[in-house]
Amino acid sequence: MDLSEYRDISTRRHFFRYCAGGIDAAALAVLSAGYSNALAAPGPAGPLAPRAAHFEASAKNVIFLLMAGAPSQIDLYDPKPALQRWHGQPLPESMTKDLSLAFVKPSAKVLASPRVFRRHGESGTEFSDYIPHVASRADDICLLRSMHTEAFNHHPGQSLLMSGSTQLGRPTVGSWVSYGLGSESESLPAFVVLSSGRGSSGGSSNWSNGFLDSTYQGVVFRNTGEPILFLENPPGVSERTQRARLDAIRKLNQERHALTADSEIASRIQSYELAFRMQAAAPDLLDFSEESQSTLDMYGVGKEPTHPYATNCLLARRMVEKGVRFVMLVHASWDDHQEIDRKLGNNCAITDQPAGALLKDLRQRGLLDSTLVVWGGEFGRTPMGQLERVDEAAGRDHHAKCFSVWMAGGGVRGGQVIGKTDELGLGIEEHPVHVHDLQATILHALGLDHERLTYRHMGRDFRLTDVGGTVISQALA
Amino acid sequence: MVPLPSPGIARCLGVLIASLLAQLGSAQQTGSRAGAPARVDFARQIAPILENRCQACHGAAQQQSGLRLDHGAAALKGGYSGPVIVPGSSSTSRLVRLISGGEGDLVMPPFGDRLSSDEVRLIGAWIDEGAHWPATEADAKSARADPPGSGHWAFRPIAKPDPPAVRRVSWVRSPIDSFVLARLEREGVEPAAPASRATLIRRVSLDLTGLPPSPRAIDAYLGDPSPAAYERFVDKLLESPHYGERWATQWLDLARYADSDGYEKDNERPYAWRWRQWVIDALNDDMPFDRFTIEQIAGDVLPDPSVDQQVATGFHRNGLKNREGGVKLEQFRFEETVDRANTVGTVWLGLTVGCAQCHDHKYDPISQEEYYRFFAFFNSVEEAEIAAPMPGEIGPYLQALPEYLKRRRELLEANRVYELLPAWETKMVEAADNPGKWTDWDHALDAVQKYLDNGEGIVRKQRSERTDREQLKLEDHFIKNYHRVISKELWKELDWVGLREQLLRMRAETPDLTYARAIADTSPARRTHIHLRGGWDALGVPVEPGTPGVLPPLAQQGKHPRLALAEWLVSRENPLTARVITNRVWQEFFGRGIVTTADDFGTRSPGPTHPALLDWLAAEFIGSGWSLKGLHKAIVMSATYRQSSDSRPDVEDMDPENELLARQRRLRLPAELVRDVALAASGLLDTRIGGPSVRPAQPPGVADLAYAGSVKWEASRGADGYRRGLYTFLQRTAPYPQLVNFDMPDRTAARCARERSNTPLQALNLLNDSTFVEAARALAVQSLAAGRNVFDDSIRAAFRSCLSRVPTAAELRHLKQYYSEQKAIFDSEPVLAAEFMPLEMPGLDAAQAAAWTGVASVLLNLDEFITRE
Repeated sequence: MDLSEYRDISTRRHFFRYCAGGIDAAALAVLSAGYSNALAAPGPAGPLAPRAAHFEASAKNVIFLLMAGAPSQIDLYDPKPALQRWHGQPLPESMTKDLSLAFVKPSAKVLASPRVFRRHGESGTEFSDYIPHVASRADDICLLRSMHTEAFNHHPGQSLLMSGSTQLGRPTVGSWVSYGLGSESESLPAFVVLSSGRGSSGGSSNWSNGFLDSTYQGVVFRNTGEPILFLENPPGVSERTQRARLDAIRKLNQERHALTADSEIASRIQSYELAFRMQAAAPDLLDFSEESQSTLDMYGVGKEPTHPYATNCLLARRMVEKGVRFVMLVHASWDDHQEIDRKLGNNCAITDQPAGALLKDLRQRGLLDSTLVVWGGEFGRTPMGQLERVDEAAGRDHHAKCFSVWMAGGGVRGGQVIGKTDELGLGIEEHPVHVHDLQATILHALGLDHERLTYRHMGRDFRLTDVGGTVISQALA
Repeated sequence: MVPLPSPGIARCLGVLIASLLAQLGSAQQTGSRAGAPARVDFARQIAPILENRCQACHGAAQQQSGLRLDHGAAALKGGYSGPVIVPGSSSTSRLVRLISGGEGDLVMPPFGDRLSSDEVRLIGAWIDEGAHWPATEADAKSARADPPGSGHWAFRPIAKPDPPAVRRVSWVRSPIDSFVLARLEREGVEPAAPASRATLIRRVSLDLTGLPPSPRAIDAYLGDPSPAAYERFVDKLLESPHYGERWATQWLDLARYADSDGYEKDNERPYAWRWRQWVIDALNDDMPFDRFTIEQIAGDVLPDPSVDQQVATGFHRNGLKNREGGVKLEQFRFEETVDRANTVGTVWLGLTVGCAQCHDHKYDPISQEEYYRFFAFFNSVEEAEIAAPMPGEIGPYLQALPEYLKRRRELLEANRVYELLPAWETKMVEAADNPGKWTDWDHALDAVQKYLDNGEGIVRKQRSERTDREQLKLEDHFIKNYHRVISKELWKELDWVGLREQLLRMRAETPDLTYARAIADTSPARRTHIHLRGGWDALGVPVEPGTPGVLPPLAQQGKHPRLALAEWLVSRENPLTARVITNRVWQEFFGRGIVTTADDFGTRSPGPTHPALLDWLAAEFIGSGWSLKGLHKAIVMSATYRQSSDSRPDVEDMDPENELLARQRRLRLPAELVRDVALAASGLLDTRIGGPSVRPAQPPGVADLAYAGSVKWEASRGADGYRRGLYTFLQRTAPYPQLVNFDMPDRTAARCARERSNTPLQALNLLNDSTFVEAARALAVQSLAAGRNVFDDSIRAAFRSCLSRVPTAAELRHLKQYYSEQKAIFDSEPVLAAEFMPLEMPGLDAAQAAAWTGVASVLLNLDEFITRE
């Protein structure tokens, strides 16, 4: 969307009053008649009204599995048998002189992966034995082994991955998508965030609307207690009395509207109706009673250690079914500077089964074709160990020069590996993919041209991909 | 001998030798040379190459990388990375390497065919012959011409235009109105009717103090028929201490104020509020804006700066801070300096100077070199913490100090701190001087630098040179971080974890002062360079502090550069500051600026809708001695401001955005004020001014989304839970949800205008958040007490508290109907009634009380309630 299109949207309120049947017809219905009419013609209006993409989309929805803290590609996705030769030895300086490292010195000793890699699926992609469930979806997965980024500290790295800039304050990908496409749901937000584990380094900046208005913020959905903040009625207020309260508010707002003719009041009435619908729809998402036991088991709902992440993955599928445009699952933290083998094992035990189940479930229900699933963290980890020792206490440092991310569904061609790192995993040999390229590709799958999806702020047309980004055409079917 | 890198260079060297010899003169002609080579003809042989292949990017229109190859002096000066032509030496001239492929992947020109080897050879020969570049007429002309962009409206001097003549003179209350009316008359549009008196005083109260007028103030105003009643009302508001709170909010957005660091662990800034206090006080005192500017930008370098003047420089400390382990300190210092320069550029100049960090500005006349000259003003800033006591703190502090120090000394003595500290300091300095030598110590030094303001500086000082507080903070840091460089066994043996707890307890029990986050300068000043492509470690040529050439010159007069900059910003000649500031003030009162791009007065801005009005306001602002209160009063006294905000179907089609100002505008209140009006209307508001930030109750789990449990949100108790929104602790990675829902900016960078979204989350927030439920209960109690059992009277009282007006008959009817329906429901469900309204209300049964609370809650949810009409 360019500036003129955006202006159209923001002056839409002016337009709709004289053009009944415009996109705010529902709001008009609320004004002119009672609430039953409003329910008969629901649908997001205003800044979240569905908008046409730039071109035909291959994906309608995105589920972004953010693995905050940077999982080790060397132990999960990018086998480096050659490291065995160097295990316990420092690498020659000529190989390491260009590395930017956060903690270790380039002279640190190499730590070969103790994990075992095997080929999976017809495509024969290699995955580590720590992630059998994701590996079982090998033929759905497009594995990017040649990701790279500039940031090698967590918060700037997460910021770059989610918002296209290491500097905080820009809108994140989910906000851009809901700004660009609006919402398909009439009772749920367009951009929902689910969190598990410890908080991520970026905190709420990972789903910030930046300089876009709060309409486009990621709405945090909690899988215990009140799913969305302030969703539950206050003590003593039943659904009936809440409805009556809303009706009274609506009637008085209508009185004021009659006097002032301010279309903001119509939008306000509409927001209250959407809020009421959200109060019913959001808890329904958490009601898993219609899910079969085998589905719950497939995700690992109700079992430890998978339960929290499994719940989020299942919720993500249910949200996609209900039209939530962008679901982001944050899991932290993969920042294993010490004891990486044990800690990585823990995180994989928590997340692998649910993530694998999500792909399988989406595939079985015919949703994977229209849902793009992305799995990744903000950077990778070094082939060198962090401590002087290379035993089980060792961990790995941050590594920005190469890491692995995968995509599946939503028009992505599965069963392929893109890019190649060198035999020690220090750098990229083939087909480098920058974070901005990944972002351009996500937008592309949704039918958005990353160079045209802009917003004027501080005299500049900002975009998610900053000044970079090339769609990874090889990834697309 | 070093092998020659390429035939091209070899050729050049050959030519070089030849020309060197030629320059030695004929007297020393050697036998091997037959004669001097033909001289290169610049005009015929070189100029066409430069013109056809170089000047598109390095000419008059643009100077990529700061390089011009269209006239001699500029070409010889070179670009941002330094000279590219060394007369007489093609082998050391970067230009030759760039065109001949001797600079790795970088080859010039970057598109089209490579220069032919003949062309390369010619340029090399020309350089070897001294790179003689004859001056042309065009050079002389371009030297005289005005800098590009100087014709842009915002860069022209501010003249004070006379108010234009208008036909409907009776409407005009102030010169502002003449400007507005003249435009309306030109378009054939009548101004709107004035707002009702009730609407007007709620409007002006919210605009000037952020609080609704009290019922008593409403009565007094409505009962005063004098024509001067409104002005008296306005004057009272301007004198109210809540004025400073209201207007601080805008300044806090501009100054990207927050109470935490912003990155990762998002550490708390316990004394950030002290700067906010300074802002509130300054606004309440109507400190002239020029002083307000100078103290914030350069208070520390004023002669004999007062504590307050140093506190003011906390402006520069509000940016983000990254203390993540592994962050490169110099990189982040660079980013902080960029943030300081960009913030000042935006806030005062309304220019997007930050666009020139990596390359010359694409639209405005700010080159990358000028950017780094501007950056240089802030490049020597160091962080400093100063004691900035609040009234009443010093006495108890001094009284308790000797005993505290004595006990502390004993404790540290007993725990071997003094014994171990000197060796740690010595080794720390050694580590600082030998980076990379000892990993543990590198990390320890990193921690000193990240967690102590000017940490390395303090470590390097002798004990006798440190202030007492520096010494105490260093000791505390040492005790907390010594484990980084010693064995686990020794650390266990020392048990300093226990010692630390003891010290913290002692500190908490002893009266202390308030401190402030200020700045100081490094000495000597840091040398600033252009940073190529904006990279923190890619240094180009050195530059001196300076302001953009398109603006009036900076008067240095031997002043500290930062002070000179501050004075320049508010000098009469500066065409931007007064326009930018008055525009932002206007924006607060009308919902949009005279220039709609409050953050960009550059050439991409659509420009002012009322240029003469903007200049008149700016000139008036300067002429009044930069009085913000004067400016605010001038605006709110105008007929333009006092118009009704109702929509105008007759004008809507031609002016949907209300550019003509043919009416006022209904504006949803800013996030903080949504909270404030609910607390104020219900009588819950704690009206104390200033002080530390507070943490009002928020739902559990919000803080958990920040990094790894590093953020704790323990709700403030008592009156602290009911303070105005601007005092809410601003935790950047887990901000207070109500403020986020209502578009409070994230405070990562200067923000010049707020969004006004309208979302279902806002509805849920007002309907269900315990803060607003509590306000409904309090409003129910308060308004009932005013109207004893008389339903109509109570409703009127509640209406007056919330909306400053009486209800219409239809409104009364709806509310009565709602009340009786609710009462019937609660009658049948007494448990729900008691849950919704747990307070007893005199004369009402539980169902009545609950139903009445429902009515109060409806009022707090009205669009009108959170709107300034």
